[in-house]
Amino acid sequence: MTEFLEMGGYAKYVWSAFGLTLVVLVANIVVARQQFRSVRTRLAQRWANQQESSDL
Amino acid sequence: MGQALLAVVRRDLRIAFRRLPDLASPLMFFAIVITLFPLAISPEPTVLREIGPGVLWVAALLATLLALNTLFRSDFDDGSLEQLALSTHPLPLLVFGKILAHWLISGVPLVVLSPLLALSYDLSLNTLQVLALALLIGTPTLSLLGSVGAALTAGVRQAGGLLALLVLPLMLPVLVFGARATTLAATGQDPAGPLYLLAALAVLAVTLGPFATAAAVRVSLE
Amino acid sequence: MWTWFHKLGSPPHLYRLAGRLAPWLLWIAIVLIAIGTYGGLVLAPPDYQQGDGFRIIYVHAPSAWMSMSIYAVMATASAIGLIWRMKLAFAVAAASAPVGASFTFLALVTGAIWGQPMWGTWWVWDARLTSELILLFVYFGYMGLRAAFTEVQKADRTSAVLAIVGVVNLPIIHYSVVWWNTLHQASTVTKLDNPSISMNMLWPLLVMIIGFNLFYIAILATRVRSEVLGRERNARWVSEALSDLSPENGITA
Repeated sequence: MTEFLEMGGYAKYVWSAFGLTLVVLVANIVVARQQFRSVRTRLAQRWANQQESSDL
Repeated sequence: MGQALLAVVRRDLRIAFRRLPDLASPLMFFAIVITLFPLAISPEPTVLREIGPGVLWVAALLATLLALNTLFRSDFDDGSLEQLALSTHPLPLLVFGKILAHWLISGVPLVVLSPLLALSYDLSLNTLQVLALALLIGTPTLSLLGSVGAALTAGVRQAGGLLALLVLPLMLPVLVFGARATTLAATGQDPAGPLYLLAALAVLAVTLGPFATAAAVRVSLE
Repeated sequence: MWTWFHKLGSPPHLYRLAGRLAPWLLWIAIVLIAIGTYGGLVLAPPDYQQGDGFRIIYVHAPSAWMSMSIYAVMATASAIGLIWRMKLAFAVAAASAPVGASFTFLALVTGAIWGQPMWGTWWVWDARLTSELILLFVYFGYMGLRAAFTEVQKADRTSAVLAIVGVVNLPIIHYSVVWWNTLHQASTVTKLDNPSISMNMLWPLLVMIIGFNLFYIAILATRVRSEVLGRERNARWVSEALSDLSPENGITA
């Protein structure tokens, strides 16, 4: 196991490359979902406001 | 059709000569940038000969970029660009006229001025000739590529930085081939290869550029 | 076939379809990337020249591949948008740019990390890394131009012209960089080149590339949903699609 983690002396390069990849992939998921959620709440708010102004 | 082209060129030249400071500032910028490098790096002739070709080309690229701001902006603001787009003549032709005029007032002075400034980098007479020739072939491509970016950002306020970001990557091949031709000449080798490549880029830019710029102008005017 | 195509062109249908597909695509992508990572880190034998250092290829090559193919998707979608005036194509182009930029960034940094043990320095003006760097600037330019317009239709059409101009120029830029690089070959010790590859090394790479592609499509699906909602904000179907969020719903339920 330690041998695997050492990567034949290339540990810091291999693991930092794979770690960074994980970070970028997760960030893509998080940002895309966050954006979707914020667009939805913003537009729902907008429709609710329109409803109110048409009710008056 | 040729007359419409000439009319556009003549009009733009007339306007440009009415605003001489606008005309001169990219050239002054070119001269100043070239002056900065010996001060920042070294006034040693061997160093200057080595960096000279590259520095001159980078400075030429930046000066062209600076000059682009005036290409469409005022015409966009006062509505004359819209008139141009509504004319019965094909827009790519008219746009080509504007680019041609722009090259005459920004590119040609660079070609003329560069050998003089290159003297300060201790370059040989042959190198100066090759530099001027390479700039003569390369600057039209720079103007054509730049005009696409200028047309796209015509309606954007404070577009300077954005324009640089859009246009400089596209200008990279011209820089590579132009600087290479000049370096080859400076080291006493045959610069024909990169010069042909520069010419090929110029042909490609002349055939495609006006259409791309015309499309960009139309999109900007919507 | 044509009815399917028309349905895909209708925003509410695409919105629902993308919403249904996105989680599935994402899960398949995650599984494939996990398998590829296991294959690449554990099953593949070390390279005879680069040892275990070559394993970075399993993240570098797929990101480099995606950085270019996403730009191609953007340019194609932009052309479709301009020619057929298809709003959804613009949505695809707009949604692709940040994902493409993130993969370009990843390819650039993993390339530099790979270069460190090979060249003994973080950055070498290698043809491939330099091209990726220019590509990153091109992505930034595209996103910067979009951001300069408040009106989405204007941003769509302007950035579409830029994407098409870019796709014509990128091969020229790439070959000029390669040409320039061959002149200065002496400075590079080894190139970031595909090591001589055996079957055990190859299949994890292919799985990774497929995984990255599906991952992009999954993220694209979510991002396109946001883009479509924003563009269609005044349409009736949007209010229906958002009904689960409206305050009224809470009262009547």
